[in-house]
Amino acid sequence: MNSVAAPALGKDLLALEDLSPVQITSILDTAEPFKEISERRIKKVPVLRGKTIVNAFFENSTRTRISFEFAEKRLSADTVNISSTGSSVLKGETLVDTARNLEAMRIDMVVMRHGASGAAQFLAERIASSVINAGDGKHEHPTQGLLDLLTIRDHMGRIDGVRVCIVGDVLHSRVARSNIWGLRKLGAEVAVCGPRTLLPRDVETLDVRVFTRIEAAIEWADVLNVLRLQMERMTGGLVPSSREYNRVFGVTQARLNRAPRDVLVLHPGPMNRGVEIDSDVADGPHAVILHQVTNGVAVRMAVLYLLAGGAPELAEAAKRGADA
Amino acid sequence: MTRLPAALYVEPMLPTSRQTLLDSAATEELLRRVARDIVERAGGTTNLVLIGIHRRGVELAEWLGGEIERQERTPIPTGSLDITLYRDDLMSIGPRPVVGETRLPDRGIDDAQVVVVDDVLFTGRTVRAALDELADFGRPRRTLLCVLVDRGGRELPIHADIVGTEVFVSPEARVEVLVPEIDGRFGVDLLPPPSE
Repeated sequence: MNSVAAPALGKDLLALEDLSPVQITSILDTAEPFKEISERRIKKVPVLRGKTIVNAFFENSTRTRISFEFAEKRLSADTVNISSTGSSVLKGETLVDTARNLEAMRIDMVVMRHGASGAAQFLAERIASSVINAGDGKHEHPTQGLLDLLTIRDHMGRIDGVRVCIVGDVLHSRVARSNIWGLRKLGAEVAVCGPRTLLPRDVETLDVRVFTRIEAAIEWADVLNVLRLQMERMTGGLVPSSREYNRVFGVTQARLNRAPRDVLVLHPGPMNRGVEIDSDVADGPHAVILHQVTNGVAVRMAVLYLLAGGAPELAEAAKRGADA
Repeated sequence: MTRLPAALYVEPMLPTSRQTLLDSAATEELLRRVARDIVERAGGTTNLVLIGIHRRGVELAEWLGGEIERQERTPIPTGSLDITLYRDDLMSIGPRPVVGETRLPDRGIDDAQVVVVDDVLFTGRTVRAALDELADFGRPRRTLLCVLVDRGGRELPIHADIVGTEVFVSPEARVEVLVPEIDGRFGVDLLPPPSE
């Protein structure tokens, strides 16, 4: 049996901006068979046996952390969780010192969420272990972008040529950035829709269409990726109120009913029901929000698996090797 | 009917180009014999399940299952196993794209007579991985190994219960089983080592 090695991802996964279309597609393709593992009675394969992974979440997260943890455990890795509360970070230790101490205990990978944009890259340049960015400030959240891509591909059958509109608080959203990079690289048409105060000033430079009316966005789009209105970041009068936001930009069933085609609705969670999305949409036939959650585990398994394989020159050698 | 030798001895010299060891007709004849051997070795078709190892073993298992159904007039559940995630060499060769599907029959494998089907038996490492993976799916009453070609060269204490034919070749040479879905026809070929 001859097997072709996967295109190497390198040491880290920091941003979809860094990846080629081939690399992104390879991650999505690798995620496919990993879906089935989570349906097994024994939801575990031994492929990362003996690997130690640290989940360092310096910002609150439930969904992403648990999703990574399931992915790691289903691949048989050993995992440790640290958070900023109750760790030496509170005592004033720097990020690099924390990581170097962990490395001294011989770890293989760090999955990190951090409030500062660029934190993942900063760390990746300073430690030998693989770093997976689980969200850094307003920069990127690559595995969320990947699971959104996988979900769109599952339902639309392709990504190339699909019209995706990202709705809401694009300004504060690393999910939006990862989506825009990933979708553009795979040939989707991308738009953003939201109040001007919540769109980055340079949004046009990302080669995306801009809608300021949700009705126009819904008329154009095949897919809506509805972002959470990050209430904790709504300081300085960015939106008047969540009720006002819902009235003008909320994705409601009435608005979807006027769409010329069936629109697929994604949401990265957690949802503010009645703010950016209405309950009848969230629970309705257009929404694939729980499918995103399921795909999240598969995509993260694929990323962990591909990064754990290590050096590209060795993957090259695998291409040549034949065995039976 | 093609006369099939029990074993094929090939010059220990390395081949310089692709050579046919068994043509399409001879390979099908061999497979029909293997189907009969499976039923004989399993003592019938009760609780018989054929599981092919990805990739070429999958099609062989399906073909053999269909052949046994014709011979014995009873349905034979089949499945497929991709052992990539159970390999022992991921860290030394880098990850492979996991394209294979692992799909077991609806009945499961508990208390079944499971026949693991692969194309070529060489080092035995693939079979080791397959046995590990199967154990995560259930507990068969008995597991048998069926290969179309046994080419020797084991690196683990593993042997096949049902063997189509043995091939004695240089360890560097490659033996390939061809199947219709992937290669357009059945066959067994001998190939030179992969070029650097």
